[in-house]
Order: sequence, then C-alpha cells, then structure tokens
Amino acid sequence: MRIAGFTISLFITIGLVVLLNTNLILPAPLGKLLSPQQGLWQNAEPIDQDYTAKLSFLQLRGKVTVYLDDRLVPHVFAENDNDAYFIQGYLHAKFRLWQMEFQTHAAAGRISELIGPKALDFDRDKRRLGMVYAAERSLAEAEKDTATKAACDSYTSGVNAYIESLTESSLPIEYKLLGYYPEKWTNLKTALFLKYMSLDLAGAEDDFEMTNSRSVFSRAEFDKIYPIIMDSLSPIVPKGTVFDTTAIKMKIPSDADSLYYGKKDSVAIIERKPDKDNGSNNWAVSGKKTQSGAPILCNDPHLGLNLPSLWFEMQISTPSYNAYGASFPGAPAIVIGFNDSCAWGFTNAMRDVRDYYEIKFKDATRKEYWFTNEWKKTNFRIEKILVKGKPDYMDTVAYTVFGPVMYDTSYCGPGKRANNKYYSVRWKAHDPSNEMKMFLLLNKAKNYNDYYEAIKNLHTPGQNCLFASKSGDIAIWDQGEFPAKWYRQGDYVMPGTDSSYMWQGMIPQQENPHMINPDRGYVFSANQMPTDTSYSYYLGGSYPPYRAYYINRRLNEMSNITTQDMKDMQTDNYNVFAEFARPVILNHINEGELSADESKCLDILRQWNLRNDPRSVGPTIFVETWDSLQSVIWKDEFDKIGLHLQWPTSSSLLENILKDSSFLFLDDVSTPQKETLNDDVTKAFKKACIVLKNAEKDQKGEWAAFKDTRVKHLAKLEPFSRMHLPIGGGINVINATKEEHGPSWRMIVSLTAETEAWGVYPGGQSGNPGSPFYDTFVDSWAQAKYYPLWMMKESENNDKRIKGVLSFNN
Amino acid sequence: MKFILSILLIALASFAACLYFPWWSIVIAAFLVTAIIPMKSWVAFIAGFISLFLLWGALAYWISDSNNNILAHRISLLILKKDNPMLLIFATALIGALAGGFGAMTGSLLRSIMYSKKRSLRTI
Repeated sequence: MRIAGFTISLFITIGLVVLLNTNLILPAPLGKLLSPQQGLWQNAEPIDQDYTAKLSFLQLRGKVTVYLDDRLVPHVFAENDNDAYFIQGYLHAKFRLWQMEFQTHAAAGRISELIGPKALDFDRDKRRLGMVYAAERSLAEAEKDTATKAACDSYTSGVNAYIESLTESSLPIEYKLLGYYPEKWTNLKTALFLKYMSLDLAGAEDDFEMTNSRSVFSRAEFDKIYPIIMDSLSPIVPKGTVFDTTAIKMKIPSDADSLYYGKKDSVAIIERKPDKDNGSNNWAVSGKKTQSGAPILCNDPHLGLNLPSLWFEMQISTPSYNAYGASFPGAPAIVIGFNDSCAWGFTNAMRDVRDYYEIKFKDATRKEYWFTNEWKKTNFRIEKILVKGKPDYMDTVAYTVFGPVMYDTSYCGPGKRANNKYYSVRWKAHDPSNEMKMFLLLNKAKNYNDYYEAIKNLHTPGQNCLFASKSGDIAIWDQGEFPAKWYRQGDYVMPGTDSSYMWQGMIPQQENPHMINPDRGYVFSANQMPTDTSYSYYLGGSYPPYRAYYINRRLNEMSNITTQDMKDMQTDNYNVFAEFARPVILNHINEGELSADESKCLDILRQWNLRNDPRSVGPTIFVETWDSLQSVIWKDEFDKIGLHLQWPTSSSLLENILKDSSFLFLDDVSTPQKETLNDDVTKAFKKACIVLKNAEKDQKGEWAAFKDTRVKHLAKLEPFSRMHLPIGGGINVINATKEEHGPSWRMIVSLTAETEAWGVYPGGQSGNPGSPFYDTFVDSWAQAKYYPLWMMKESENNDKRIKGVLSFNN
Repeated sequence: MKFILSILLIALASFAACLYFPWWSIVIAAFLVTAIIPMKSWVAFIAGFISLFLLWGALAYWISDSNNNILAHRISLLILKKDNPMLLIFATALIGALAGGFGAMTGSLLRSIMYSKKRSLRTI
C-alpha cells in the first residue's frame, strides 16, 4: 500500500516536471520559463541597473573604456581600431544578440529551423535567390582586404566573447521563449546581414508583373501607364545638366522588337518583395544657407520599423578616428553618422539591379541548358533547410551563367501555382564587393577626397551618398556599381538562350550622377530619379517623385537655416502630392450626387491644410479617396485580365488624368454605360466617406488613429511591440511614416567648430523587453522630438550623463 | 516545529540548488528534505507547497518590483493574455508550489516505506 502511494506520487511528480519543462502539452514550458532564478524573470532588469564592470579578454591588445550615458549610448574609447571593433561586437551582442542572430537567420533562409514549416516558403525564397551564395562571395572579396578582415575578425571575436559568457539565466528572452540557443558568430553572418540590407534596398523589381502587362497592353498604352519619367520630377542632379556618359556603348539586341518589346507571353510567378517604400530622405545645405555659416547635413532612412531597432547608437573613439552615429548590430563601424571633420548619410538609389532570364533546359533533370548554340552544364547548389519538428527539406538550385534559377516548376513564389518555365536571376548583389570597407573608411574620412575614396567601395545596394564637412564642402553621389542598360532593359523577363540580352558592362564609377558644392547651396535626394533622360544609361527601377519635389522647393526657398528649421523640415507632415491631387477631386466631384453627410466630408477635404497631422481628419478623407480612386480606375480592367499585374503608380495616374480627362481607363468596363472622371471621383469619394464613417464609430477617424502606426517586435509578439502611436505623416510626405514603416533614424548634424548634432530612432538601446531602455525613444520619435547627440571627450568622464563605466583590458 | 523547519529548509535548499542546477532541482530539494524529516505525507505536501509558493512568489515579486513590473506587464499579456503583473507572480508561485508540494510528498512517502521496512526488519 505504501509502495503504491509512493509510486503514484513519484509518477505525478515526474509527470508534472515533464509537463512544466517541455511544450508537449502546454504551449510553453511554464516551469522553466517562470523559474525566478533562470527563466524570464531573470530578464527583468532592475530599473536602476548599474552596468559598471571590469572585464578582461585575451583578444584585446590594449585597454578599452566604455562610458554608458543616460540613454544607454556607449562611448567607446580604445587604444587601437581592432580593439574598438571587438568591443563594438561585444556591446552589440550584449544589447542586441537575439536580433542579430534572427536577422542573419532570416537572411540565410533559416527561419523554419526556429518556427517550423510555416516559414519554409520564406526560407526557400532566400536560398533560391542565393543569399548565402552572395554573402560567401562578398566575404571572400572583403577578406582579401587586410584591414576589413581584421575589423571583421575582431568584431566577430567580440560577439563570441559575449556569447561565451552567457548562462541559461542571462540568455536573451526570445531564446527562452522560442526554446533555442545562440550559435557562434562568424564573419559570414556579418556578410549575411549586409546582404539582408541589399535584399531590402536593392532587391525590388517588377519584372514579372511588367512582363504580364506587356503581354496585354499595346506599347503606346504601356508607355502611358508605366512612364519612365514623371512631370513632377526634381532629380538629384538638376534637369538640363549635361552628362559625360560615353564609356559604354550599349547595343540593343537586333531581335528585341519581336523577342522583347513586342513579346506577348505571360508568366505565373508572384514574387515575395521588400516594402516598395523602402527609401529615405537626405539633404545637406552649405554654409551660405545657414545661420551659423557651417553646413548642415540631414538624413532619415525609411525602413521597416521594428523592436529591437535595426539601429544601435554609439560613439567609437580611437587614436585614428572619432565617430558617432547609428550602427548596425551585426556589422562593425558607424553606418550613418559623423566624425570630427565631416558627416555622411544615405538614401536608397532605387536602381533596378535584379533581372530575370528565361532558361531553356534540355530536360527536367536541369543538367544542361541551351546557351549560345550549345548545351551548357548546369551547376547545382544543394540547400538543406532544417525544419523544426519535420525532416530536413532539400532544395536543389540550378545555377546558370546568369545566376541561380530562382523560379522553376517546384517554386514560383509564395503559394502554389502551375509554372513550367525556368527563370534565372541576375542580381548585382551576387557580384563580389566589399561594402564594409566603405563604412570603415567613412568613419575616418577627414575631407571630400576621403569620402569619395570610401564610397567607391559601395557596389550594392546603390545609395545616394551624402556628405558635408567642416571645411565647408557638401556633396552627393548616386553611388553603386550599376549595369549600363539600354532602353527598358530588364523591365521584363529577358531571353536567356544567349548573351545578347546580358548586361553589357557596368557604368564607370565617375559617370555616376553626382553634385559637389553647387551654387544653389544644397544637395538632396529622396529616392527620386537621379537624373532626367539626358543621362544616357537607362535607369530602370521605380522612383517616387513627390518627397523630392517638396524638399527641393523647401530648400530652395529657405535661408539662414538653423538646426531647429531642419528638425521642423525632417518631421514636416505637408502632403505635396495632395497639393496636386486634391484639385482633381474637388474639380471633378458631382456635388449634386452627395448626401448631407458626404457634403460635410467634402467641406473637410476642401478646408484641409494639406498637412497629414495626427489629429486631422482631412488626410483620412484624402488618402482614402485617392486609394479608392485608384481602385475604381484600375481594378475593373486589371482584374478582368486575370494575370498578376502591378497597378500603375500614383504619379502615373495623377499625371495621366491631369493631362487627359478622357483617359482610356476611366470607364468601368464591367458596366454598359461609359463612366467619366467625374463619375469615378464621385464614386471613390462616396466609398471613402463610408470608410471614414465606420472608422469614426471606433474613434478612428483622425489620421493617426486611422493610419495606426506601430513598431512591432521582430518576431511579431504584440506585447513586445509598441502599438497605436500618435504620429502623422505618410506616403509622399517628408515624415514618411506609414503603418509599420518610416523614418528609422532621424539625424541632423551641424558642422560648426563644435559639432551640434541631433538624432532619434523609434526604439531603444536595449533589445531586452524587460529593460527600461527597450523602447525609450519611441514616444519622443512619435512626437517629433530629438536628443542631442553627445560626441563625448574622454576628459568628460565625470559628466553627470555617465551612468556606468565598462573597463576592458587583456 | 518540524513543519516550519522543513518549509525553511526546502526554500533554502531550492534556492541553493537553482544557483547551479535547472529549475526542477526544487523538486529534488523538497524531496530530500522530507525524506529526512518525518511528516505525514499530506503535511509534507503542504510544507513543500508553502515553501516554494513563498520562495518563488517572493523572488518574482522582488525582481519584478525592482523592474517596475516592465517585463511582467509584457509577459502577462503574452502568456496569460491579461496585463496583470500580480497574476503572473501568482502563477509563478503556484507552479513552484505544485512542483515543490509533489516533490515533498514523494520524499515523505519514500521515507515512510523505508521506515516501515526498518520496523518490519526489527520485528523478525
């Protein structure tokens, strides 16, 4: 009897431990997670945490002191550069390890390993695009440069020094929740992170959609709705500039009329794409336009907004340089920032550097493909994808002279569709290059020449590299290694049976569009086209014109500029697109057909001050009306076609209806009568009124509530996210804040004798949701506030802003 | 007295064990204490239960309090779907208590087997 009692009790106890230690029955191992000494509670940092510590690492050659200020920004003082990169790696890991690994897992197509088969499509996409292949090639190139290799090695070693110090209880919380453990950092992971940025910034194109559009529209119609240039363009290099672009003479293939421009077959591929609004603003004004007489540089990169943030703010000071700014957890150096001589920043160049070629394989084995009159042997790369809770997934990817055959019968983008064609991707990010060197050199740049030598290392993703210096120079280069393309080359899928459609060369660096110290006293970019069509190479890509138009207007009219003016401008909610588009609505609406409620809405729209301010209802009505108008105009024709297509851009629609009030697409093809622009505008407006009315029922009529901006945790865990932020702005607005996307780091640097710099990002320095520093800056960011960026001098080590000192030695 | 003593001993042993071993070492700590100190099995359960309830509850409360409940707000929403740090602390205490209670009861039952065996051996 006693033995039976003991046995039952023992089994219950063991059962309970198993239940609480695994997720066999419970969704999470609650005992393990809630154990106060090891589980989640260990991630609850005391709010007055003292970070002061003395640590020693044999990898260091000298002493390093890190002062953590009251915003948890580290100011690193090292005796040599490589020690500084070691410490940077250590600090990135200390505050952001989970994110660093998660992002590089994502880049490498390894998310299924963590969350199971639902990520398989995502992973296959990355593998088949050749993300790891690209990272390996870049790393091999980067490691040929001894300085880059040393920096990467030190950085990696610093990350690993932190990983080695981890215990079960000090593990970042996401590892505990998802139930895995960090692996060692490698230089390849840094390379993968940079490829992740390349994918985000130079991975977008619409080749398949455009191929489908070409198959249904006449050439005249196509050029009308997908124009290559906009009327409202204010290019980076002003219109009328004469370019010396003669190095490469492109030859359009002789059969292009039949096999390319006029080809009529459609495709079944639907691609997974980065956010089309990944872009940015940057501008620099020269001393003659500022109150202080010194240049001011401003930059705000628009990217997906996440917690932990993509950015980590820090200062690095060594005998060879002293730089401050936003760094990428995952890579050495300061990425966007300033030093004692100059400041630099980036916007995306938006060029099309990813094209597709249709491949003819001999048979289903894909062992040979037809190229220049012979069967050429295929290379295969076997991608082994680990899937949590399932057997490994093997994906055999064929490589041709163009690159990996990304889409084939087994994969045609997310989802399942029939596809019997093969498409090889030619992506510039596959070519070996060493972008890391640009950042390392920029950190040390003393003048324009140093900056210029640094940016030459940037091949992909192409960026508009902005520069301003204390010596008074301002400059911008539309920099990257870009293919020299003929008219509309790469806009559609190209024939891959010979070399005639291949890229014929790269534009020589010195022929890239640029501007140095122009008379007008400012340079700027906002993802618009860098030039007008007088530049002889075809630019490809997709370029939003309106932010640039407005920035150009503002900078042109401003003088005696202060940093406060620049803050106001960087957070400006003025919707210049509405300035063009609202008259179309107001002039074409059939007011007689509106109800009393709708007329009230129209009054609001009419009286709206064109600012996308958070508490305003005007932007809700305008944005919703415009979105409905696009739908009313395009949806009938495009849906009827039954192919995957891309609707033309807002600028295309607006410019078409401004020029031609009997624009072909205005008629609703699903009705017998013929609709006019007035019918469409009225219909769209009525739809918008319904949306607004419904939103107002939930108190969500005002723009910020309607738009509902949020900064989500990388693993989409809502309690770790910041939801419903009261911020205005939007598409085509300088404050380009959308729902989950927007200005990810706002920086303003006045290059006065004593640098005056301001910055803010929607996140916090700590990646730990249990830290008071997890989301510290989010509210300030939403309220358009900035923090002074403190370029600390080591002599200020008694400053009251310093909250902790980490001392490192070997 | 034995009851209070075992509560204290279990808490102490559990705390020490968790400095070096996984969380479920609390079960072994409770088991060992009640295998030494004689108690009725249900009393042992209550001792283990109270001991771990207090230990885990107090630790979680103390950690969370010095964190201004920042993490507890987020985790309670994530796990319990309710923004209630106290509920999370209670859940923590309860889980520890159950594990501790059953560990202690098992220990006490083992002791009673050993004890009865010894007694029966003596009577032979």
